[in-house]
Amino acid sequence: MINILRRKPADQSPRRLTLNILRHNPADPASVPQLQAYEIEEAEGMTLFIALNEIRATQDPSLQFDFVCRAGICGSCAMLIDGRPSLACRTLTRDLGKSITLAPLPFFELIGDLSVNTGKWMRGTSERLQTWIHNQTPISLNTLEERMEPELAEAIYELDRCIECGCCIAGCGTAQMREKFVGAVGLNKIARFRLDPRDNRSDDDFYELIGDDEGVFGCMSLLGCHDVCPKQLPLQTQIAYLRRKMAVIGFE
Amino acid sequence: MDVIHTDVLVIGGGLAGLRAALGAKKRGSKVIILSLVPPKRSHSAAAQGGMQASLGNTAKGAGDNEDIHFEDTVRGSDWGNDQEVARMFVHTAPKAVRELAGWGVPWNRVQAGPRDVIIDNQKVTLTEAEAAHGLITARDFGGTKKWRTCYVSDGTGHAMLYAVSDRTIAEGIPVHERMEAVSLIHDGQRCYGAIVRNLITGKLLAYVARATCIATGGFGRIYQSTTNAVINEGIGAAIALETGVVPLGNMEAVQFHPTAIFPAGILVTEGCRGDGGLLRDVDGHRFMPDYEPEKKELASRDVVARRMEAHIRSGKGASNRFGEHLWLDITQLGEAHINGKLREVKEICQNFLGIDPTKQWIPVRPAQHYSMGGVRTDAHGAARGLTGLFACGEAACWDLHGFNRLGGNSVAETVVAGMIVGEAIADFCKTPAGDMHVSTALVRDCWEQESARFSALAASRGTESASALLQRMQAIMSEKVGIVRNGEALTAAVDELKTLLLRSRDIGLRSSAPGANPELTAAWRVQKMLKLALCVTYGALQRTESRGAHFRDDFPRRDDAQWLKRTLAYWRDPDQRVPTLEYETLDVRHMELPPGWRGYGARDAVPHPDTERRENEVEQIRSRLGDAERQLIQQSLMPFRHLLPTHLRGLNARLEDHA
Ligand SMILES: Cc1cc2nc3c(=O)[nH]c(=O)nc-3n(C[C@H](O)[C@H](O)[C@H](O)COP(=O)(O)OP(=O)(O)OC[C@H]3O[C@@H](n4cnc5c(N)ncnc54)[C@H](O)[C@@H]3O)c2cc1C
Repeated sequence: MINILRRKPADQSPRRLTLNILRHNPADPASVPQLQAYEIEEAEGMTLFIALNEIRATQDPSLQFDFVCRAGICGSCAMLIDGRPSLACRTLTRDLGKSITLAPLPFFELIGDLSVNTGKWMRGTSERLQTWIHNQTPISLNTLEERMEPELAEAIYELDRCIECGCCIAGCGTAQMREKFVGAVGLNKIARFRLDPRDNRSDDDFYELIGDDEGVFGCMSLLGCHDVCPKQLPLQTQIAYLRRKMAVIGFE
Repeated sequence: MDVIHTDVLVIGGGLAGLRAALGAKKRGSKVIILSLVPPKRSHSAAAQGGMQASLGNTAKGAGDNEDIHFEDTVRGSDWGNDQEVARMFVHTAPKAVRELAGWGVPWNRVQAGPRDVIIDNQKVTLTEAEAAHGLITARDFGGTKKWRTCYVSDGTGHAMLYAVSDRTIAEGIPVHERMEAVSLIHDGQRCYGAIVRNLITGKLLAYVARATCIATGGFGRIYQSTTNAVINEGIGAAIALETGVVPLGNMEAVQFHPTAIFPAGILVTEGCRGDGGLLRDVDGHRFMPDYEPEKKELASRDVVARRMEAHIRSGKGASNRFGEHLWLDITQLGEAHINGKLREVKEICQNFLGIDPTKQWIPVRPAQHYSMGGVRTDAHGAARGLTGLFACGEAACWDLHGFNRLGGNSVAETVVAGMIVGEAIADFCKTPAGDMHVSTALVRDCWEQESARFSALAASRGTESASALLQRMQAIMSEKVGIVRNGEALTAAVDELKTLLLRSRDIGLRSSAPGANPELTAAWRVQKMLKLALCVTYGALQRTESRGAHFRDDFPRRDDAQWLKRTLAYWRDPDQRVPTLEYETLDVRHMELPPGWRGYGARDAVPHPDTERRENEVEQIRSRLGDAERQLIQQSLMPFRHLLPTHLRGLNARLEDHA
């Protein structure tokens, strides 16, 4: 039968892992950010979801972090894992060294320890970029739906797969310098709605939203976003394409 | 004490809550949504496979309509559901899919011409009609006669949730994120909103509302092995239960999904089997046809899950160091299909198992998946027991699913119920009953009571550990209240859960971090979860029959004579240790589809004395009306349209009407 959960040789005893976690509780005036080390024994198939919950259950009940689906679908658990923005729930400890450093995603408001307020930022960005279908025609509930080419539906879904985890923002050079930069997550959404024939907005309308340094012209093409996106969205090509389209509008 | 006033308070930012909020808002109500997490992170996002609606656009869906969807749903429920609600649902589901299309959901579409698919392990070429090109397509799912499940690759819930959530942003509906409703404000007659805890600061607030809607999703986390998100702890249902006057319906009806990856419990969608995936045992043998010659892998979930467990028990399970399991084989679907239509499944297999499902089999075993039970409501979503309280989605027992829900019927329920219940809430707010005269003393009392509870718990030096109690409860539920149940195990489970409930009053905290200390949150929740666990277990113990997902090997037959009824669990006295159970009869005399054989699974139900008479009546009506329009026949058997808001009553157009 197939070999699941790539086994370690039987004689090898499990590794002791050290998780160095950047801790800070902004609600506590006495708290200062500091690394705290926790030791646990590695188990087969262990993810950071399992490891962090074990630490909270057995060592430190005050440790803050966010998990929801624990299946890499909901985008709640993005954090810096050895400095790289990734989803903790689907990171297997066996793919990391014995000493693992965890820190909250930078840029977002810190709630405590590894928990950051991505939701607030994402809602703000959605409002700013109006990330919804703009169409004044009332939807007819009883008649056949509008047709769409199958490939187009798939192409829209390709961009619709963003899970708003915030990794791209954490990995973005511009976002570190320009606080209001909409980032790859924002630009990708514009690309998604631009592609969607149900959205009646024109490129002029989109230019209003992203035709400046806080939008598509702020991107320095460092591609940090593209490299860290856990859903492997085609961010690089989308942003480049959008930039060309918006540049055309800018010249007009 | 901070007090926030609104017309409508929706507790829950998943698909159901968001859609209900949109309905109420459209009618002019001021709405606030509460959510534990940013709404797009709600568990609705994890729905992979799809949403049932009888559009009938595909070759394998041709001829589909509400009648067939209705029958599949009732059979799936093992006649445990409310048939009027099922009718309202199947009638509205196509409208919901079309509305979502208008809001931007990129539903997969029909490609005209021939295409190769795998059906029953054979390569088959289907030819899709030219006329259907570009309409919404559908895949096969368990327990359905037609291919009816509309989908967006295997990220259907994600695409739906994002579209609906973006819609609420467009409508300017505020979502108060990281907020947890911790009790309902009520006077035993009417609900006036909720006491809410801020999960960042730990502060308690009062939300006063004319109408309150619980849309908090399922409670899978009372089980150890579950496909549910870690936030699916059932607190919404628990706070309704704790009012003492609102009952939870059919809590013992818990669904186990056949294909959770083993041992992590993460789901791989039923779409895998719908698209042609097979279940295999330790010898690589495809065993489902041995048990279910007709529907095979695509019998309803309760049946497949039970057959799998039985097969494992007969010694045919494969095993790894975590225990026994079976295999899901999707290799024959081919790389192109898996990369395109099952990409989430592929990612999950790679990330959590380190395998490539295009080449390797997936280790699976059934795990808790869905809560059919919940806050008991009427057909409009109004909760029993308290005026001004509503519920919808997985948190509710509306009762579309009875004792087993069909795959694809749940995300469909969330939006359909949201459409109907949102409207009912708006109606309510416009009637005199919706006026509210709440005494500030009542609000303050409720706030102070809750505040005192949290302070006491935070200061408690008790000896019990919340996480230990939680783990023990989860273990009991998975071991003793799982797929196969019996009186002995259930009695033992009730006894131990009672003890755990008692012990949970003596939880002590180890930490006292300012803010919303996660240990305090967990300690507070486990007390509520234990009550839910007792409702499930005690209800299961009393129900001495097998129906749908509730299977007792000491009472293996469905017993319509005794048990054609819905369990209602009350927790009237905070000090009681098991719920008080009452029962609500399902009246055979009004059923459009009287009880019978489901078409799969066992065929040994004890009939209800009225069944035969009703069958004859139905037969007479049908033959009297001959080949009248199917809607007219339906209307004569069991009218339901009057229960729908007027704008949802219209007939659904289909391709065949245009031909
Ligand atoms: C892995 C998986 C796959 C699935 N796939 C499918 C599928 O393919 N097809 C299908 O039909 N069904 C599927 N289902 C079932 C379906 O996804 C769910 O039943 C449905 O999405 C539930 O939606 P909901 O809106 O009722 O609840 P949820 O989406 O769970 O939302 C609950 C909301 O309530 C909030 N909340 C909870 N408690 C509180 C509280 N106390 N205070 C404030 N807010 C609170 C949460 O923050 C959340 O926003 C699947 C389920 C799982 C687990």
